[in-house]
Amino acid sequence: MTAQPDPLAAAVTAPKGRRAQPDGMVEKRGAGLWLTHLGLIIGLLFIFFPIWLAFVASTVSQPEIVKPPMPLLPGDHFFENYRKALVAGVNAPVAMMMLNSMVMALGIAFGKIVISLLSAFAIVYFKFPGRRVFFWLIFLTLMLPVEVRIVPTYEVIANFGMLNSYSGLIFPLIASATATFLFRQFFMTVPDELAEAARVDGAKPMRFFWDILLPMSRTNIAALFVILFIYGWNQYLWPLLITTDPSMNTIVMGIKQMFPSGDDVADWPVIMATSILAMIPPVIVVISMQKLFIRGLVDSEK
Amino acid sequence: MATVSLSGVKKSFGKTDVIHGIDIDIADGEFIVIVGPSGCGKSTLLRMVAGLETVTSGEISIDGRRVNELEPMDRDIAMVFQNYALYPHMSVFDNMAYGLKIAGTPKGEITARVEEAASLLQLGDYLKRRPRELSGGQRQRVAMGRAIVRKPAVFLFDEPLSNLDAKLRVQMRLEIKQLQRRLGVTALYVTHDQVEAMTLADRMVVMNAGVADQIGAPLEVYGNPQTEFVGGFIGSPPMNFLDVSLGHAMPADAIRLGVRPEHMQIADAGAQTRGKVMYAEALGAETLVHIKLPDGSIATVRQDATKPQPDEGTEVGVTWDKADQIAFDAAGKRC
Repeated sequence: MTAQPDPLAAAVTAPKGRRAQPDGMVEKRGAGLWLTHLGLIIGLLFIFFPIWLAFVASTVSQPEIVKPPMPLLPGDHFFENYRKALVAGVNAPVAMMMLNSMVMALGIAFGKIVISLLSAFAIVYFKFPGRRVFFWLIFLTLMLPVEVRIVPTYEVIANFGMLNSYSGLIFPLIASATATFLFRQFFMTVPDELAEAARVDGAKPMRFFWDILLPMSRTNIAALFVILFIYGWNQYLWPLLITTDPSMNTIVMGIKQMFPSGDDVADWPVIMATSILAMIPPVIVVISMQKLFIRGLVDSEK
Repeated sequence: MATVSLSGVKKSFGKTDVIHGIDIDIADGEFIVIVGPSGCGKSTLLRMVAGLETVTSGEISIDGRRVNELEPMDRDIAMVFQNYALYPHMSVFDNMAYGLKIAGTPKGEITARVEEAASLLQLGDYLKRRPRELSGGQRQRVAMGRAIVRKPAVFLFDEPLSNLDAKLRVQMRLEIKQLQRRLGVTALYVTHDQVEAMTLADRMVVMNAGVADQIGAPLEVYGNPQTEFVGGFIGSPPMNFLDVSLGHAMPADAIRLGVRPEHMQIADAGAQTRGKVMYAEALGAETLVHIKLPDGSIATVRQDATKPQPDEGTEVGVTWDKADQIAFDAAGKRC
């Protein structure tokens, strides 16, 4: 066991089943090692190239993009393009669209987590008539993606007067069967004695939820937050439908709105700058929560 | 500090009756051990006292107050669970303080009581640690500390030592006993380990299939088992059960005869029966000789290691005193 430097690091990098054999990992040497790295680097370049192009395009001027050999090195219009995108944009300033996206993504992520935690808590810890029926009803909604129920949902939101509003953006997407299911599975692995010990200690159900269940689920919550934040950030169809006012546009659909209709000329440097900006918050969320995220998916710490 | 009394306590899950009516009166400060094989309902009984299971019928009262309908926290009890049930994300201090915090005890008093319990349990240096950074024995102590700080009227232990290794179990057993003596708190302790039951109990309750077969002081239960089950369950190696025809002058309705291994001697003179030595286990201070009797049953003789050890396969005579034999009737009851 001495060969294993840090059990936590191993737990983070290795899937659970393999943690038991730290020395048994196949170690690649010589040509194999180089080939593996070469393969990975080529793959990385493939994936990174379009992003690089977008970045380059966001730092040059409009004529330079349109001229046939596309530039592959950044130009000197970086600050100009990004300032233009953030402050003016095409239809609406990108800063405002990012704020809208941020509100929507955070609202969806937090809302989904709160709702699914509470419903999973109810389903696992309380015996009430129709418990199984409710569980299956929640589970059933997994089979209906937003797109299928988009027309009736639009109708409902329109009747509530929620078009062009944050609540209209958030509420229809706020219930999550997947997250409920995930928390249900997690709660079922928490030993019953813990709930009983809390009961003997005098904790009422919500107190138990708040003091014990919630802190124990924190890695799961973090993992879900990452997934749900990106899900919310990347919403396209729903915001496109219900936000007609440019000041309520979210950034992902906003990019599409920047494409000119008819004979107008597309302001590619600004659009590309917007695309790069749209990528930044999800990347920040993923990188900053990476450790917790992986632990939430891999660990079953109790 | 309180008395506990159970009268006619029954429990059924749906149509299955698990506990068929139990009556026990526990005196103030008494250490009662409920012992029995798995599935006999002993844990269910304890959980009913704790308030974690509802009582189907009968009455449980603590200090003369009926508690059937009370929540666990209102019953003035504390419980130690088999897997300790420590809150994994809280430090040892917070684990022990949690109950007091909920009860709204002032901060200074919480600290004082937790520290007092910690020093009693030699946990003083570990208060800031998380449960997973502790050894099994230390976790066990934290679980007990959590019970102590609340200064309950009754301690309930649900097989608290079964997750520990043999050596630690013996040590913790002593500690639990000392602790209970020092605090003078009434205790109810569930175990399937008859050694724990014998060593800890002021009185023990031997349970069999939802019925309390016998309630009494350990030595009384050991020496005078009221049923065949108690005789076989308490004592290691268990009591030998032999055909009634082998005994000295038996009562008319007896069909079985029980003799403790230490009461049997290997002797040719005046042998009650004869048998072939199957094997002998030398344990150091004593030797267990397993003898196959003519009717196919096996008797175990426990003899001092200084006595000559018979070879395997030889035929020997077995004898015992009339006073040491116990007769059981067809229902397994003493007669």
